[in-house]
Amino acid sequence: MIGILAVLLAWQLVAASGLVDKLFLPSPEGVWRAGSEQYARGILIKDLLASVGRVGAGFALSAAVSLPIGIAMGCSRVICQLLEPLMGLIRYMPAPAFIPLLIIYFGLGEEPKVLLIFIGTVFFNTLMIMDSVKFVPSELRETALTLGGQGFQIVTKVVAPFIAPQVIDTYRINMASAWNLVIVAELVAANEGLGKRISLAQRFLKTDEIFLGLIVIGLIGLAIDLSFRLLMRRACPWAN
Amino acid sequence: MHLSVSGVSKTFGSGSKAKHVLEDINLELDSGEFVALVGSSGSGKSTVMRLVAGLELPSSGTITVDGQPVKGPGSDRGMVFQKYSLYPWLSAAENVAFGMQLQGRPKREVNERTAYFLEVVGLSDAGRRLPRELSGGMQQRVAIARALAADPKVLLLDEPFGALDLQIRETMQEFLYQLWERTGLTALLITHDVEEALLLAQRVHIMAPRPGRIVRTVEGKLDRRDLSFLRLSAPFLELREELANYLRVLDSTMG
Repeated sequence: MIGILAVLLAWQLVAASGLVDKLFLPSPEGVWRAGSEQYARGILIKDLLASVGRVGAGFALSAAVSLPIGIAMGCSRVICQLLEPLMGLIRYMPAPAFIPLLIIYFGLGEEPKVLLIFIGTVFFNTLMIMDSVKFVPSELRETALTLGGQGFQIVTKVVAPFIAPQVIDTYRINMASAWNLVIVAELVAANEGLGKRISLAQRFLKTDEIFLGLIVIGLIGLAIDLSFRLLMRRACPWAN
Repeated sequence: MHLSVSGVSKTFGSGSKAKHVLEDINLELDSGEFVALVGSSGSGKSTVMRLVAGLELPSSGTITVDGQPVKGPGSDRGMVFQKYSLYPWLSAAENVAFGMQLQGRPKREVNERTAYFLEVVGLSDAGRRLPRELSGGMQQRVAIARALAADPKVLLLDEPFGALDLQIRETMQEFLYQLWERTGLTALLITHDVEEALLLAQRVHIMAPRPGRIVRTVEGKLDRRDLSFLRLSAPFLELREELANYLRVLDSTMG
């Protein structure tokens, strides 16, 4: 907290001193003004909702797909050997490199942006969930078997609750990439969104709006991170 | 109930990597009996336990419960592991209820039996606590209650007190003996501790390593009315010393 305040203060001092051209370094006050103006015109909220909506849709899809596949890969050696080499390869293809292909396939609407976030996070999510399944102590599975548990019960009653904290953490970590990707997607093609706003601001040399965009993006990222931590504390009190 | 292990051998892997772990194991267990398997590490005693539990299958020979061959794990053979076997996200009471819920018993029965078995192991007040809030000894008592609540025909105890401090071990041994007297359970105990085996079991099988096999069986006819007294009595100490020496010799010649 003190660190942030110190940076703000330094920023204010440098900007007020006039040492740096206003075009390169707007004052905190200027950024605040840009923010209030965008808020008043309704742009800020609209951009914010657009970006958050894309991240939400793409990441929800990724989370929903990666959970069962990750668990299946962790539980079954056959499924793991079938999918892991493929995923290991695709994982290293940078997601933004898929943008041209996605635009050819789906045009310039919402689908390519949501799918970009999906592609960029689903393999990491899946592989990390798979890994967490491998850490379920064999005693916990075997105890359930000797208590009369049957195949699928082991997954729902032992594996799933055990990996819950790691799954939440996986989502928290990979959410950061989702947030990166939405900005990249909007820089390329979009009508609204925080990334789009930054790229427009660049065209008109409005550095104050670029600063505003960066700060808002950072704050939302922070808020998402904190909510995942809160979720973890609420949902898995045993894991702390 | 009659558990029979006859002519069981076990080899892990195949070809040049094959590891012959057990050779011709024979043992019998009837309702109400407490039998122990004693051996050093590498004697394959835990493998015997896993075979009886159905977590592994024998390479040859048969294991039957009431004449039915064991084909996999089942709730008729409850197991207590050395450690890490409580579900960390469930409270003590929920852990005890876990097996009964897997079996799909009615909720009311589950609640009643959970309360009963928590009381049996002396943890009625600790039902709401998470495993990490319980001492090692309490955790093992919850694990035993959980196994018993699932109503097994035989309780398999794999070094249940192996991870506990000596002091607590003795208390737990007395607890287990009283539990056996009170509930008439049938138990197969695996341990490397000669004293523990002699103290608790009426019949003790001694195992030799590489490959694991039963080399001697002792019927311990001891007066068990007071275990702490028995621990220090001359005939007990004599037998304990003799068996401990026997195990040491086995280990040095086989190792």
